[in-house]
Amino acid sequence: MAFAHETYLCLAALALFFVSLGTPAPGVARRWALVLAAVGVVTAVGTFSSRADLFHGTYRVDAFSQSFKVLIAIGYLLAVALGEGVRGINREHEPEYYLFLTLSVLGLTFLVSGVELLTLYIALELASYALYILVPLRRSEYTHQVEAGIKYVMFGAVASGISLFGMSYVFGMAHTTRVDELLRMFPSLASSPMGIVGLTMMLGGFFFKLALFPFHFWTPDIYQGAANETTGVIATLPKIGAVAVLIRLTGLGAGESAGFVGVLTVLAVLSMTYGNLAALVQTDLKRLLGFSSISHAGFMVTGILSGTVAGYAGAMYYVAGYLLMNLALFFVIYTLAPRGENVSLDDLRGLHRRAPLLAFTLAVGAFGLAGIPPTAGFAGKFFVLTAALSRGNLALVIIAALNTAIGVFYYLKMVKAAYSPPEEGVAEPEGRVGLSPVGQVLGYGFVLSILLVGALPGSIVGLFRRALDWVA
Amino acid sequence: MTPAFAIDHSLGYPILSILIFLPLAGAVVGLALRGDRTLRLWALAVTVLEAVVSVALYTGFDPTTAKFQFVEMADWIPAFGIRYALGIDGISLLLVLLTTFVMPLCVLCSWKYIEKRVKEFFFSLLVMEAAMIGVFAALDLVLFYVFWEAMLIPMYLLIAVWGGPRKVYASVKFFLYTLAGSVLLLVAIIALYLNADTFLIPDLMAKGYGFAFQFWVFLAFALAFAIKVPMFPFHTWLPAAHVEAPTAGSVILASVLLKMGTYGFLRFCLPITPLAVSYLAPVFLWGSIVSILYGGFVALGQSDMKKLIAYSSVGHMGFVTLGIFLVNLRGIEGAVLQMVNHGITTGALFICVGILYERTHSRQIADNSAVGAFMPVYVAFLGLFSLSSLAFPGTNSFVGELLVLVGAFSQNKLLAALAIPGALLAATYMLRLLQKIIWARSDGHHHGHDADDRYLKDLDLREGFMLAFLSVFVVWIGLSPGPFLRVMDTSIGHVVAQASVAGEVPEDLPALWNTLFPSAGHHGGGEPAQGGHGNEPPATGHGGPPPAEQGAPGH
Repeated sequence: MAFAHETYLCLAALALFFVSLGTPAPGVARRWALVLAAVGVVTAVGTFSSRADLFHGTYRVDAFSQSFKVLIAIGYLLAVALGEGVRGINREHEPEYYLFLTLSVLGLTFLVSGVELLTLYIALELASYALYILVPLRRSEYTHQVEAGIKYVMFGAVASGISLFGMSYVFGMAHTTRVDELLRMFPSLASSPMGIVGLTMMLGGFFFKLALFPFHFWTPDIYQGAANETTGVIATLPKIGAVAVLIRLTGLGAGESAGFVGVLTVLAVLSMTYGNLAALVQTDLKRLLGFSSISHAGFMVTGILSGTVAGYAGAMYYVAGYLLMNLALFFVIYTLAPRGENVSLDDLRGLHRRAPLLAFTLAVGAFGLAGIPPTAGFAGKFFVLTAALSRGNLALVIIAALNTAIGVFYYLKMVKAAYSPPEEGVAEPEGRVGLSPVGQVLGYGFVLSILLVGALPGSIVGLFRRALDWVA
Repeated sequence: MTPAFAIDHSLGYPILSILIFLPLAGAVVGLALRGDRTLRLWALAVTVLEAVVSVALYTGFDPTTAKFQFVEMADWIPAFGIRYALGIDGISLLLVLLTTFVMPLCVLCSWKYIEKRVKEFFFSLLVMEAAMIGVFAALDLVLFYVFWEAMLIPMYLLIAVWGGPRKVYASVKFFLYTLAGSVLLLVAIIALYLNADTFLIPDLMAKGYGFAFQFWVFLAFALAFAIKVPMFPFHTWLPAAHVEAPTAGSVILASVLLKMGTYGFLRFCLPITPLAVSYLAPVFLWGSIVSILYGGFVALGQSDMKKLIAYSSVGHMGFVTLGIFLVNLRGIEGAVLQMVNHGITTGALFICVGILYERTHSRQIADNSAVGAFMPVYVAFLGLFSLSSLAFPGTNSFVGELLVLVGAFSQNKLLAALAIPGALLAATYMLRLLQKIIWARSDGHHHGHDADDRYLKDLDLREGFMLAFLSVFVVWIGLSPGPFLRVMDTSIGHVVAQASVAGEVPEDLPALWNTLFPSAGHHGGGEPAQGGHGNEPPATGHGGPPPAEQGAPGH
């Protein structure tokens, strides 16, 4: 029963595959997906305390993998529930959209349980290929999705190649692909130049998922080009998987190697600074969030590179909060675009009159990403910075703190737009934005969960800390 | 680690938690109410109840001890040793009371002024109240920081949604300026934790730190607080925010928010980083003098009433920081009293401007000149508060400024002598304002009152009550400051004692810089902050310098 969740997801994907064989009426596939995703949360929570190995110990179910699976399952459910069906995607592709979404989730679920390099690689590819197909799936009246799709495949393939190449170095030095054995050799591995190069390249494929500098180039274009609902998925779920793998691969020994920590520090600093500065001038909301996600990747790595339990738990908490806040914003974007068009900052103007709840959700999500207390964003940032400073990484912490201040500027731009009247001479969009009952529940749910998770992070962090006993 | 103070059950109920959560609960309940009038009455009822509850703080307060009282404590985030710890001493007592008593007036002065989005307005106002009390009552640094930052959001909304024509500019500037100032505060808080292994403020005070560590922590704290006060040259957000904010927003800003900066200096800088304070005090003392003179001179040139009062705040708060950095009993007593006084007087002046604005829809002095004949009761109050603002004997500010000046003269005669013109300037700009508003004949520029003076009605009951309430305190503190000084005496004596510890001779500045980045030479910090390397954080596993690459990008 330990693998009930994976088995269930396979069956769910299969069920959706059969749905997609026919030509179901609009909304049918979504209802299927919704029910399947909801049950998926149940199975993920149900197998939370399972412990088991599979395939000669290359696939492991432990507290660590299960807590990530719960996160992924929740994100999956939220992504499906986001609105009243696919708006930005051609109706006839609706079943396929949910099918590939589920396959990608399946891949990520495998990813967080993989404890062997090839297993990780296969899971990563499964998660990626499904997303490669999702990106160009957009209504034919938009044009950028094809470019975005090709870019995503190209960058993804290159990143995977780099990752494989790095794995070959690591294998060459360590003569093993098992993560637990690798971790034992980590100190010697990470102290030789070749080991550092190999490790960094190996992690490249996951940096790509995380959108960490310099594997970030795809982010803005794909965010802008893909349909709103797809972007919401790409922005959140793969990052959970990436954080899980990064923690597993660096283990608890990462902090011991000054060289490896140095590389990660440089990447984190570049990522948060570059993402923030580029986000300052964006006008397309999704593109802005793309750059902001590059910056957040830097913060997540800040937690990971500290190499302490506190830092890892901080990074896990950070990505969980990030999931909530980002999905909240994509929920607003999705709801604001009845035909799945891109939303610009100016489109947000006057939102507090047309849809007070949406405006408030946007504000809470944006303040959360900016890291203002009492949201989950602040608590995450606090944990991560505390962990980094406890390793004496003062310069990194100061740069991160200054980046927080820079980031506030563009998050505030979103809130400012939502709470200010339309520009002179521009007609105010007519009428209120309607919200279905599900939409209302989601809006209140996002607001409450972001605030509650932020105000009472103790039990969640405690849970993650216990889960981390299983790493290393 | 055992906290240095015990949980206090003297009242039998957790009064500080009640004070924090009552407005929050009121705000949430208010969301369910319908009708603007109901909402106004509800907000008034909540804030008045809050004020009534808070009186028990004063009656139950033991002024003979410097210990924190009404202490509450619970684990909040055990993994990081963060506690939900509350408690007040003689300094925070007065500020909490100031907050709870000013808030009903904020509701009252918004009674007619706020016509749109009433529900959201009072929601923000009540959340604001909870956060402000949290700032003054928090005994855990993280809890303090959470309240400190959380306050920005409702205040931002108060300006951005209900503000004047340039509200977007003013609100964003307010938010960014104050937030940017406090990000390094967070770094300093974490560094303190890593050094002392606790976030509890009383425990942090009890521990001594090396000079270099204190120096950087102090700078990080001081930047955040100096912006909040605001001290010259960090004051530029204040006039913009004041001018654009609705009356209630201006009152909150002037009466409570500005006090948080000076409260921070008193609560954290003096006890935790005494060596750095004594080393850097001259900078802040002269900065205070500059603030006093600069605020006074600029106020002299204003034609907008709100701007005039905003700049006068810069000057008045200069007296407060002057008193604090004198680090003697008289100076700090004067400073704390002056914090309360400024809250009362400047709050009242902003209410006065608001009252006039509701009638003439202009804040220009020229547009409001010569209303004395039509609004005699109003100008009587305005006169009283103006006198208080310029520290006329018999009013509250006189006592405060006198104490600060006595403290200053006992320490540095030149400094004190330079503060005197500040008091003169206050008299000049306030009397000029008063003269124009009450008597000045128009130069044909303004809209003739004589033609249509129906809109220049004198105060109604609501407005009269607000001003009368505040004027009671103006006169009370002016004639008999004893009850107010009595509660703070012991606490201030304790702070002065904490701040007067002797320490090793300060190193020179380049050496200090090396304590921050031991690898020296090239680094990306670029900003002064604190550093744990003067005395190694206990949690650190590897003692080596941070890799040089980390500073690469700069910013």
